Amino acid sequence: MAKLSVDVITAERVVFSDTEIDAVVAPGAAGELTVLPSHASFITSLVPGELRLQKAGADETYMMVTGGFLEVRDDKVVILAESAERAEEIDIARAQEARARAERALAGREAAVDLTRIQAELRRSLIRLKVAERKRRRSGPGAGPDQSSR
Amino acid sequence: MATIREIRRRIRSVTNTAKITRAMEMVAASKMRRAQLSALAARPYAEKMRQMLSDLQESIQSQRQEAPHPLLAQREAERVAIVLISTDRGLCGGLNANLNRFTASFVLEHQDLEVKTVAVGRKARDFLGRTGLPVIAEFTNLSDYPSIDDARPLARILMEEYISGGVDRVYLVFPLFINTMAQRPEMRQLLPIEIPPRESTMSVQYIYEPSPAEVFDDLLPRYVERQVYETILEKSASEQSARMVSMRSATEAANEMVDDLTLTYNKVRQETITKELLDIAGGAEALRSAG
Repeated sequence: MAKLSVDVITAERVVFSDTEIDAVVAPGAAGELTVLPSHASFITSLVPGELRLQKAGADETYMMVTGGFLEVRDDKVVILAESAERAEEIDIARAQEARARAERALAGREAAVDLTRIQAELRRSLIRLKVAERKRRRSGPGAGPDQSSR
Repeated sequence: MATIREIRRRIRSVTNTAKITRAMEMVAASKMRRAQLSALAARPYAEKMRQMLSDLQESIQSQRQEAPHPLLAQREAERVAIVLISTDRGLCGGLNANLNRFTASFVLEHQDLEVKTVAVGRKARDFLGRTGLPVIAEFTNLSDYPSIDDARPLARILMEEYISGGVDRVYLVFPLFINTMAQRPEMRQLLPIEIPPRESTMSVQYIYEPSPAEVFDDLLPRYVERQVYETILEKSASEQSARMVSMRSATEAANEMVDDLTLTYNKVRQETITKELLDIAGGAEALRSAG
């Protein structure tokens, strides 16, 4: 069966690259979308959200992206992400702290000018936590060596 | 003639200087490797983005009637912004001096233009401050390993300035990295965006979501950020290699100086001993003839 070759690229580096992917679930600007092999040539903008890469016989890979673009062409998927983090790279403590900070700032709301920025910050940390949480649950307690709680 | 003790002190001090410049050379060499690697790692993104832009440009040209995106708007160049991208620290040979000279000659050759500037790096700030040109913004203390987040605020200010009509052109001046031994000042137009022509002739019909125009408008600011990021990466690679090379020649010069001084030191020491021997011999001779 045909497979997808997937590259997740940020301005700084190639974050992920695999040629044996079965499905990509991405947060498109017009709603969540799934790309399967033999998809038509397609380009969409992405909104901040969770990117899922499914591969037969392997765990799903979760990533958080903060906007960007996705291109499909001849079973080749290229995701140009503004920024991308793999679930295992996310620093949960820092994300929680960022979330608390953003919520505090929203509650206080001293400077209304920064409102959009704070909301964006909050959204980002929530997605980050969601992605990290999935990763943790999967490798969950008692299920073999737990890598995420190093 | 210098005394033995003075020469010894010079030798010690020059040896210490050589140790320091040698250490700085090694530090710069390792930072240079990292800077070159990140420039390389940033390439795939740039290529993909360029290709997407050219594809879009083509499919949009035919259908879009309204005015082009404000970042593409061509205006008569009357007011221009020059972004001078220099280093924060010195001791990197003629890198900044060359950039400054390049900028100055551009300004002098275009007296008819109203020039505004943006300083990136402390050396650019100091230089632009001296020239008396208006500085709209300054960015200093960039990391040695710049990330795209360092480039974003700068790109944003430039886009705002351009869209508001404050300037009609934005140019980036930065040290282009040719190789470890050579860097030269380079000027690139950032705004209005010039979309590179398509490379392949094979045309693929894409489905665009939400629409070609919207994707295109999303893509343009990202492209500007990416261009700014690229020049900052170039600056980093150039800075570290220039520093490495100039520190190496400083170390060599210091070692040569130590050799010269050691030679003088030995000569002076020998002369002193000879003189002392002569004195003793002369004194003994005088005593014997007296006694």
